[in-house]
Amino acid sequence: MLGPLAWQIATVTALRPETAHVKTITLALPAWTPHRAGQHYDVRLTAPDGYQAQRSYSVASAPEQTGAIDLTIERLEEGEVSPYLHDVLVVGDQLEVRGPIGGYFVWEAGLGGPLLLIAGGSGVVPLMAMLRHRVAVASHVPTRLLYSSRTPEDVIYRAELEQLAATGTGLDVIHTLTRAQPAGWTGYARRIDAPMLREVAMPLGTAVQAFICGPTLLVEAAASGLVQLGIAPERIRTERFGPTGGPS
Amino acid sequence: MDNGERDMARAFRLDGNAVAGLLQDIFAVEMTASPTVCAHCGRAGAVGTLLAFTQAPGVVLRCPACEHVVLRIVETPDAIYMDARGTLYLRLERRPA
Repeated sequence: MLGPLAWQIATVTALRPETAHVKTITLALPAWTPHRAGQHYDVRLTAPDGYQAQRSYSVASAPEQTGAIDLTIERLEEGEVSPYLHDVLVVGDQLEVRGPIGGYFVWEAGLGGPLLLIAGGSGVVPLMAMLRHRVAVASHVPTRLLYSSRTPEDVIYRAELEQLAATGTGLDVIHTLTRAQPAGWTGYARRIDAPMLREVAMPLGTAVQAFICGPTLLVEAAASGLVQLGIAPERIRTERFGPTGGPS
Repeated sequence: MDNGERDMARAFRLDGNAVAGLLQDIFAVEMTASPTVCAHCGRAGAVGTLLAFTQAPGVVLRCPACEHVVLRIVETPDAIYMDARGTLYLRLERRPA
């Protein structure tokens, strides 16, 4: 946390597809330090001619996983970095990274709850680190995750979220599928709106800790919706991912 | 800017979290959880809540309440320039002795 950030050479130890456009990369770090759930790492690529491109990726794993981190990365068609990480990187490759970075968009069990998590697309990644941390420390803080995806196939961590919600530790996972829904779907099938926020958030009351992450416009709409429900702005933390990664 | 361009600019904007690494490069401490006050409207909030515009040669951080510029940062090969006239103060956490 404190002091200048040093770059280190991480080694890819596993690659796992999450969806057709999203992959999780496990990186072993020679100078691993525990992160706080919600923090990110910077990844830097250097071309043979010296040109460098750098991007930030949220840590998906819990801080309790030692020695290595998981980064879950969406492949952006026009991207400079993510297509390389998706199409070229193999196990055993090395990557230049620095982190953990950030201190605002973080949650630790000690901060308590109730916890209201709202995600659009790959914005679920830092929230997943919070959920995995919550499980790792056996926290029973009442928690609800509202997760907006385009289609069922775009839901990242689908099986793990189902399994976590079934453990009876006070976690509810509520999906909205904005473009296509499976046969017999009875859940939400639209973009996050005020009635949806009311139904999802109000069972937790207004004294929540809210974390919203995803495409910028989704994040801003959800944050102002929560304020209208009477949740104090200082209880709402946001992280904008820009125009991409979204369920539009 | 017409409305379409304004909507595009809005969709591309990030927040202070996105420049946490750059700020830590400059100040050698984590800055996004630190409070700051907008010199224009007086809004107080964490650096992480500032709007960040990064689709340019430099980084511009704006107040989410009045949208005035709070910080501007430009990197060159041998220096970093910071224009901080839009903030009343920044708070740097003292490192443990």
